[in-house]
Amino acid sequence: MVSNFANPARFLALTRWALPIAAGLAVLLFAIGLPWALLFAPADYLQGESVRIMFVHVPAASWALSGYMALAGASFVHLIWQHALADVAARAIAPVGAVYAGLCLATGSLWGKPTWGTWWVWDGRLTSMLILFLSYLGYLALRAAIEDEKRAARLGAILALVGAVNVPIVHFSVEWWNTLHQPSSFLRAGGVAIDPSLLWPLLIMGLGYGALFAALCLAQMRAHVLEQAGKRGYAPGDSP
Amino acid sequence: MAALFTLWALLRREIALAWAGGVATPLGFFLGAATLVPLAVGAERALLERIGPPLLLVFAGLAAIMTFERLLQADLEDGSIEQWALAPWPMEVFAAVKAIAAVIAIGGPITLTAAPLAIALQTPPAAAPVVVLAVGLALAAFYGFGLLGAALTAGVKRGGLLLALLVLPFMTPPLLFAAAAISAAAAGQSSVPPLTLLSACVLFAWTLGPFGAGAALRAHSES
Repeated sequence: MVSNFANPARFLALTRWALPIAAGLAVLLFAIGLPWALLFAPADYLQGESVRIMFVHVPAASWALSGYMALAGASFVHLIWQHALADVAARAIAPVGAVYAGLCLATGSLWGKPTWGTWWVWDGRLTSMLILFLSYLGYLALRAAIEDEKRAARLGAILALVGAVNVPIVHFSVEWWNTLHQPSSFLRAGGVAIDPSLLWPLLIMGLGYGALFAALCLAQMRAHVLEQAGKRGYAPGDSP
Repeated sequence: MAALFTLWALLRREIALAWAGGVATPLGFFLGAATLVPLAVGAERALLERIGPPLLLVFAGLAAIMTFERLLQADLEDGSIEQWALAPWPMEVFAAVKAIAAVIAIGGPITLTAAPLAIALQTPPAAAPVVVLAVGLALAAFYGFGLLGAALTAGVKRGGLLLALLVLPFMTPPLLFAAAAISAAAAGQSSVPPLTLLSACVLFAWTLGPFGAGAALRAHSES
């Protein structure tokens, strides 16, 4: 099934439609989610208006983490079955994931100031996200440093896979070390601990971030496939 | 049996090479950095007692990072890696022997130097063995990942900085547990739980490191 989409021409034909759909979905979800989250959702009784940072912070964090897993998945497929398109996907996911992780750190820092009284604390979850950010940067730097594209793809895939095994270990070890951050409000024993009036805009923002992630990745993947085809000097099956 | 002799000969060769490659540079760095600490923060006993041992751990990690870059450099230049790719042994064995040799030849002296330095930095004598053990185990874990980083960046021009960035996420858990063992010992508590977790990190490093490094080295010799 997967190999059907590994054909670059078929990929280009499919994403000609999938890309505008993902991008349109992202715009639509942000058009609903942003005003709802920033203007209409109720303020927190304890944190006041600053709780609204949550709506841009939490989705960035969860998609940055999922992005690394997607990067590792694509790397696995590339390493085992040598699918060229899987490497194109990994190449596209990494910068988007790095930006999401950076966004999570920046919004977390802005949220930390009014809530905890400091821009940065050496807290488990913050440190874990910082190390995820560094893992993304390491992946990007490694790929940028190796000129041979095939070799860069394979070495990058090895790093992403090994890094993906390391990410949960870093996460739990630093959390055990020191944590100030509140635990997840979704994944906890006893069900979701968040009021529906905040949960709905958060979910919509989460889906919006996901659609944006997909659209940015697909756009980059199309660019990479077209670039590779151009280098080989033949036109792909998709007419522009 | 013959395989064991081959491994033994290889290990001896690698230890000799790692030793000849200059163990003085990381050791000198380790000693120098530790000497600068009291000069920078003051010779107050209570403060040194608290921050001295964790700083030793950090310096040991930095001294190890200094040596990662040249772990595979000579083999890449003289063609040993190509020879290994032709040999009937998997590349992973080569990588594992290489990392063991680095731990013995470079990690060993750094660990031994940590003992007098810990005493000099006013560590209570009762806690000093834990400091040395934690530094030694942390170094063992660092070299497992250091070899992986060296294999990934082999042949990259000025790969040293890149290597440091790559290994940093992997060095975090062993560093945390080693520091936890040291602070538990300093507080008079049992340092066995963090040392157990640190040993788990060493096993993790030695499972992941040689396999990742072997795969990366094959990618080099194939493409």
